[in-house]
Amino acid sequence: MVEAQAQPLVPTPCRIRRVLRETHDTFTLELDADPRPAFQPGQFAMLYVLGVGEVPMSYSGDPAAGRSIVHTTREVGPVTRAMARLRRGAVLGVRGPYGRPWPIAEAGGEDVVLVAGGIGLAPLRPAIHAIAARRGDFGRVVLLYGARSPADLLYRRDLDRWRTSTGIEVGVTVDRGTPTWAGNVGVVTGLIARAPFDPRRATALICGPEVMMRFAAEALRARGVPAARIWVSLERNMKCAVGLCGRCQLGPTFVCKDGPVFSYDRAERLLAVREL
Amino acid sequence: METLERILSGHPFFEELAAAHLELIVGCASNVRFDAGQFLFHTGEEANEFFLIRAGRIALEVAPPGRTPLVVQTLGEGDILGWSWLIPPYHWVFDARAIEPTRAIALDGKCLRAKCESDHDLGYELLKRFAHIMEQGLQAARLQLLDVYGKE
Repeated sequence: MVEAQAQPLVPTPCRIRRVLRETHDTFTLELDADPRPAFQPGQFAMLYVLGVGEVPMSYSGDPAAGRSIVHTTREVGPVTRAMARLRRGAVLGVRGPYGRPWPIAEAGGEDVVLVAGGIGLAPLRPAIHAIAARRGDFGRVVLLYGARSPADLLYRRDLDRWRTSTGIEVGVTVDRGTPTWAGNVGVVTGLIARAPFDPRRATALICGPEVMMRFAAEALRARGVPAARIWVSLERNMKCAVGLCGRCQLGPTFVCKDGPVFSYDRAERLLAVREL
Repeated sequence: METLERILSGHPFFEELAAAHLELIVGCASNVRFDAGQFLFHTGEEANEFFLIRAGRIALEVAPPGRTPLVVQTLGEGDILGWSWLIPPYHWVFDARAIEPTRAIALDGKCLRAKCESDHDLGYELLKRFAHIMEQGLQAARLQLLDVYGKE
């Protein structure tokens, strides 16, 4: 991966070690990488399917464990649909890591609130792993996760483990319940008002659809968390990933290079730009 | 044991309410408990109260004929349940069922309606507070309708 950084537009071939079906339309790829790139939670890679195309994808594995790199994604376009058809042993081109990570070190000593919506739990999972590994360095840690339905919930085992053995308070809700679902029904932003954290000493990390992130940020602000301590991940229109092509540029800001993680006091105006 | 007055005055919904108004409201309040599976109210019944949930969880659901009831929202500790007591014709439009053993404070809406009619300052204060809850409910319903987690 050192070579890939020296030539940032050249992908490194990586073999798929395992494909995990997470839900009906999401899957996780584990890729062999030796040496494994030292990514930080919140950063992303560019994954290239030969002859089809390249897409940005956040790392979603544990930044401190194993030799593989892990990405969870949803089938939404030609590249991710082609990726979903690949099996163990197939080769992908991989570039990265890129972008600005979640400010985890800066949150040390504070409460941390993680708000995830849908597939947005994937880019937050490395942050949760990192926080759980240094759990004593933080105050209360709360994960609030919303999905469309119970069948769309990602990482169910992780959710149970984080809840039971890491001292992380986990709140899960779905927009649409089912007859067998005994958990919360309602939007994830509704969990914020009663979540157990101190807004005066909290850092919030939000990842999900942009509408959800906007509402979540506003709910956090209503609780008293300053916009500068609310962080969101934007991943729109990234192409080169190194601030050269300008496709993700807005004024002086490159989402790929200056982001994808932005503080909400910067991101608020970006979220308001319809065509970005 | 906490008094009803202390519990209500410590809840954000009643924050900064005049002491005289809080006293009136406390006079309309009582502790209630519901077992898991027990209904608080059914669609179409007269809505003569609202609830401040202290512990447990309540499902608001609609039961289409011949089909499994659909949960549209769950409410838990600290939430306020019910505003139909405030709006004519004062009938519930959903069923409410305890999905866990639940403790709540029931507030007598019929009693409060009369007090609000005779004391418009109290009425305005309560309307402002319920308008906020309604606004939150409307925003949440819009977000659910947007299906933000669907494929873009």
